[in-house]
Amino acid sequence: MLEIKNLHVEIDDKKILNGLTLTIHPGEVAAIMGPNGSGKSTLSYVIAGKEDYTVTEGDILLNGNSILEMEANERAAAGLFLAFQYPLEIPGVATMTFLKAAMNAQAKARGEAELSPGDFMRKVRGAAEKLGINPDMLKRPLNVGFSGGEKKRMEILQMTLLDPAYCILDETDSGLDIDALRIVAEGVNALRGAGRGMLVITHYQRLLDHIVPDKVHVMAKGRIVKSGGPELAHELEKDGYANYVEAA
Amino acid sequence: MAPTVVQMRTPAETALIERFEAEKAGLPGAAAERAAAFERLKAKGLPSKRVEAYHYTDLRALMRQAPEAILPPNTYLMPSDRICIEAIPTIMFGNGKMQLAQDIALPISVRAIGDALESGSVTLNSAFVKLSDPVVDLNTIFCRDGALLEVPGGSKLSVHLAFVDDLDELDTKETFSVSSRVIINVGAGAELLVYESHEGSQRSRYQSNHVVELILGEGAKVEHIRVNTAGNEALVLSTLAASLAAEAELMSLNFSMGGAVARHQSFITYAGENAKLDLRGATMIRGRQHCDNTLVVDHAVPHGTSRELFRTVADDEAHGVFQGKIIVRPHAQKTDGQMASNALLLGDEAAMSNKPELEIFADDVVCAHGATCGALEESQLFYLMARGLPRVEAEALLVEAFLGEVLEAVSDETLRDSLAMLISEWLAARQAA
Ligand SMILES: Nc1ncnc2c1ncn2[C@@H]1O[C@H](COP(=O)(O)OP(=O)(O)OP(=O)(O)O)[C@@H](O)[C@H]1O
Ligand SMILES: [Mg+2]
Repeated sequence: MLEIKNLHVEIDDKKILNGLTLTIHPGEVAAIMGPNGSGKSTLSYVIAGKEDYTVTEGDILLNGNSILEMEANERAAAGLFLAFQYPLEIPGVATMTFLKAAMNAQAKARGEAELSPGDFMRKVRGAAEKLGINPDMLKRPLNVGFSGGEKKRMEILQMTLLDPAYCILDETDSGLDIDALRIVAEGVNALRGAGRGMLVITHYQRLLDHIVPDKVHVMAKGRIVKSGGPELAHELEKDGYANYVEAA
Repeated sequence: MAPTVVQMRTPAETALIERFEAEKAGLPGAAAERAAAFERLKAKGLPSKRVEAYHYTDLRALMRQAPEAILPPNTYLMPSDRICIEAIPTIMFGNGKMQLAQDIALPISVRAIGDALESGSVTLNSAFVKLSDPVVDLNTIFCRDGALLEVPGGSKLSVHLAFVDDLDELDTKETFSVSSRVIINVGAGAELLVYESHEGSQRSRYQSNHVVELILGEGAKVEHIRVNTAGNEALVLSTLAASLAAEAELMSLNFSMGGAVARHQSFITYAGENAKLDLRGATMIRGRQHCDNTLVVDHAVPHGTSRELFRTVADDEAHGVFQGKIIVRPHAQKTDGQMASNALLLGDEAAMSNKPELEIFADDVVCAHGATCGALEESQLFYLMARGLPRVEAEALLVEAFLGEVLEAVSDETLRDSLAMLISEWLAARQAA
């Protein structure tokens, strides 16, 4: 279970999260929708362990244990994965080299054996093919010069290979064309179940047509202001956030 | 008139003067050139930070003593296998003396330069060497040996110049000095790979001063890779002086991680049109290491192209220096020069001094320079860490990428891989600390 309890977060003395409470159960897919600037990416960064933020109150628990004191890599090894809204470009680091380093680091942290080079290649090739990623792209420096859609696919490829327990997808649908959206959604759906929890941040109902959530949360001004089922997303699509933003 | 301020001689300066007086009778040939260089040393002393070219590397302060030159031990000083590339003909220099030439076959001709100097068939006064440079002067004054290589036109060859500056196992000297001069004449249209490795004693504060001259004939192509893994306590001075005839191409990489203080100078002169230069540097320093890359690229003729790419990674309190000067003489129209120096500071106390300079006297040229200096990008580190890489590993990946770009010009895959391995080892030692 991933529990976010009364989370208050500041950056440079600016309050961004104001007592946010949210629980994601094993196997559950939760969606967060909310206006620009409401703090969705901030929430995802704080969960993943970005250091710029100050948590002034509240806690984040993964399976009952606080993760606030853990480094980002320790959180990753504990099973958290963030698909970035803006994946970083890493010049000079071949995508394949990076994937191997990440998989080996996590295997090591979990006390598991590293994959043999052959198994690694097979696994990466297989997962890439399903996501429509050209094998040539894996030889290029990570995300450098990749199109917006290619970067997002690469995030899902990493998610597939790292096999996390809880995934946070921050606007993975933005920048995707219709076909790519379907492919990426299929990739995400393939990872559903098996007790894996997901938090899907999006602005658009159309992603939720493909990845049907168990719950929908509305976020405004750094808090969850309304929670409901998939129908809530349709309501928002129709009426916008005005009611919630005023209430918040 | 104001009285002339006479600078007191430092102990090292005094010792250098005494050394020359004592050694000069035994030095092979080039007496007039040695004497002229000696007079300059006597008049000006060692360069202090008040001399512009030595502003960041104050040799007067750094050279505390002027230890005696030593000969190689009776056994050969073998290069260590971590930087020994198999299957390349190797010339070994033990404390600057040419000891052994292995697998050297015709058509290349190799001679110990001591003999050549003695017989007067070569001088130390190549026109293009910046003779007013004090480090080259010191080399001219004291060098006893080295090699003279003739690469015939049209041939295609590789050669490893393996410099080992070390003591006999039983020798307990705390300090010694070595110097050598290697002159390589590359005939028209020849292709040559020169791999130059420098290593040395880890237990003494030795001083080395090795000068390599490369004279490229028309259309000659040379790839020159210098690897400095000198001893931790060493003062490592080195100079590459090259002249490029028409259509010649030179790629020279200085890969530097050794020595307490290291200064590598590159003096490049264009002697003919349409020559191309690709000058590179990869520097890794830590602790209190100091590493200086100083270059003067002199476009004396039209239509020359030069690219300079220097990358420095400084950890702890290390200090990197880059001084790059591109001169474009009045007639050197259509010169195309691009120079970049980028530094990554890993340690809070690490520093970089960047001094790129363009001296342009022609009007139809394209020249630019850029210098950057900063820490690793936190957002990139976070991205890598969010995928499970511990911070030091994430840093290592980014550093390897940063330096890796410089290695791309190394065409020999084995050599490139072993340089990449040296970077990994350097980073691994950092992780272990
Ligand atoms: N480093 C920072 N310094 C100051 N303010 C910041 C910083 N980072 C984010 N903010 C502010 O925090 C607020 C929340 O930003 P965040 O990126 O979390 O919003 P979001 O909900 O993800 O928006 P979007 O839908 O546009 O992606 C914004 O007002 C933003 O300007
Ligand atoms: Mg956002």
